[in-house]
Amino acid sequence: MSGFLTAFFDMFDTATIASIVAGASGLFFATMGETISEKAGVINLSVDGSMMLAALAGFVVAFQTGNVWLGFPAAAAVGIVVALTIAYGNIKLSLNQVAIGFVLFALCTELSRFLGSSYVGRQPVAVPAWDIPGLSSIPFFGRVLFSHNVIVYLSMTTVLLTYLFMYRTRAGLELQGIGERPEAAHSRGIAVNRLRYFYTALGGALIGMGGAAFSLDVKIGWSDRPTRNFGWIVLAIVIFGGWHPLRAAFGVLLFGALQAFALNLQPEFPSFSQVLPSIPFPAMILALVVVNWKTLLTWLDRYPFLRAILRSDPPTAIGTRFEVS
Amino acid sequence: MSGSRMSRILIPLGVVLFATVGLLLLAGTKPWDPIRLVVEGSIGWPPFEEGTASKVGDTVMVWVPIALASAGLIVTFAAGMWNIGIEGQIIMGAIAASFVAREVTASRPILVALTILAGAIGGMLWGLLVGVLRTAGGVNEIFGGLGLDFVALSITTYLIIGPWSRAGQASTSGTDLFPEAALLPSLERSRLSPLGIAITLIAIVGVWILFRGTLYGLKLKAVGANRPSSFLMGIPTNRYLLGAFMICGALAGIAGTSQATGFHFKLIPAISGNYGFLAILVVLLARFRAFWVIPISFFFAMIAVGSSQLDLRLDVSSTLGGVLQGVLVLSAMFGLGWAAYRARRQAEAASGEGGG
Repeated sequence: MSGFLTAFFDMFDTATIASIVAGASGLFFATMGETISEKAGVINLSVDGSMMLAALAGFVVAFQTGNVWLGFPAAAAVGIVVALTIAYGNIKLSLNQVAIGFVLFALCTELSRFLGSSYVGRQPVAVPAWDIPGLSSIPFFGRVLFSHNVIVYLSMTTVLLTYLFMYRTRAGLELQGIGERPEAAHSRGIAVNRLRYFYTALGGALIGMGGAAFSLDVKIGWSDRPTRNFGWIVLAIVIFGGWHPLRAAFGVLLFGALQAFALNLQPEFPSFSQVLPSIPFPAMILALVVVNWKTLLTWLDRYPFLRAILRSDPPTAIGTRFEVS
Repeated sequence: MSGSRMSRILIPLGVVLFATVGLLLLAGTKPWDPIRLVVEGSIGWPPFEEGTASKVGDTVMVWVPIALASAGLIVTFAAGMWNIGIEGQIIMGAIAASFVAREVTASRPILVALTILAGAIGGMLWGLLVGVLRTAGGVNEIFGGLGLDFVALSITTYLIIGPWSRAGQASTSGTDLFPEAALLPSLERSRLSPLGIAITLIAIVGVWILFRGTLYGLKLKAVGANRPSSFLMGIPTNRYLLGAFMICGALAGIAGTSQATGFHFKLIPAISGNYGFLAILVVLLARFRAFWVIPISFFFAMIAVGSSQLDLRLDVSSTLGGVLQGVLVLSAMFGLGWAAYRARRQAEAASGEGGG
């Protein structure tokens, strides 16, 4: 029991918190991408595969050119192609979003293994560290927020920008409109399907960036299926986050904390060491049970503030097609 | 009409052929070599010659779990559910069967029957859990199922390095081999099990009958097509959803039993072999029709078994097989979607410009 407590309190030292923030960049990008896509009404179920293929593309381009920054646009391009495939299949050909997404997940995963097999264990290229001058010397916060690298700062900025865009701009309002009430948006003169293509592609680009953040920063290098299962976690975090960028970002950090906790527990419970790293995954799903629990939500209705924090209602038109009639 | 039917088959086939040849050229081999190697590695070349019994046995015993899982998935798909938790259901079936194989002593027929029953129950309960999370907890079945996949995987790993570890050393290579009496009976010097084949075919025919000749199947399809309307029509929709998950889970559990007692003869960490996810692809390609599952899952099993040779013999990554399966399903999906889109456009054009 004391080992359990030690592992728990070890999570709260500055270095651990800083490492959770540093390790969150890939998931920040990808959850923002998926949130944007689903807000527009398109579920991109391929995340686990497209993030992996994008991670490979980013690694290969950075490796071949020797320039780590070129890896990111390459990865984003892969994410865009996959996302547009889903949007096209759904909007134009009336195929099921989830079905295409699942097939693309399987295909991209296998493609990443096939195309990446000769890159396993190659000399990795990594994003160089860069402390923000001045800000990084603030006690605690400097270490936690401002002593990482450009990609980590960019991922945090992406979270803020997504939030500001979605809830503080007219275009963001339109984005919500095409996912909530596409008919109403259409009658207000908004080109629903054109915007869905655009936001699905934007979401795909961010998912791709997330993949590159893994292979070039968080989990540097290439191995067989390095980002395995993180894509599914992204999808779960988007729901956990109630399709709200800031809450999703909180979900990412919570997941990172769970990972750190499981890592800290390993020396205390060696017989479980193989099992512990996978605990955050089911724990995240359990969190979904809580935010979806009808009895709890009914009770929460009496407390609007708590309800606002815990509610998780999907965009009304998520997963459905919109056709001009 | 016949033109569109032709294009339905020809477009996907053309795309697959094009993609395959392209990929193989990209990988730096002659396109014919790997294709022949896959056939040779799975059913022998020329096919089904004498002396290939062991290979054919392996391929058939890969077919059994894929086909069983696919049969189950047809039921959950009919109910409108994405049972991604099928991996976990296969794993829990394998664990339950392994428990019986390890702990129970009985004569062979009884013990084999018990392992199959245990596998079915293990998978069924795990499937039921996904259903309960969905109907009572409001958790989308995709994520509930996925979470339970991880849990099942963790339990397997824990059992293998913990309580069921091999005497002397704990390793992730698996448990001790099961006693002979618990193994799925098979032919001489081959994994091929007539019992396994029989169960699989019965399951597929059973699913076919379910949707062709029973009220239960009809209601299940109604629930899948329109849940609110079915509920208003007096169908207890939640109970039907749970039923679908239980049927699928039971079949997946038997698939897990076959993996444990009919293929690996022990419990290993990757006991599901990813066949649950593969079965989802099979069912999408079979367009939810039971009998198409038989040839398609056999083809997928051939690719799975045969492509393991690619690394050794041609220096092409064995993951090529997985890529081809994905390309096949995606191109079939888009080919059919495109054909349907064109048919719709033509119908619109035929119904007159003035109507639009």
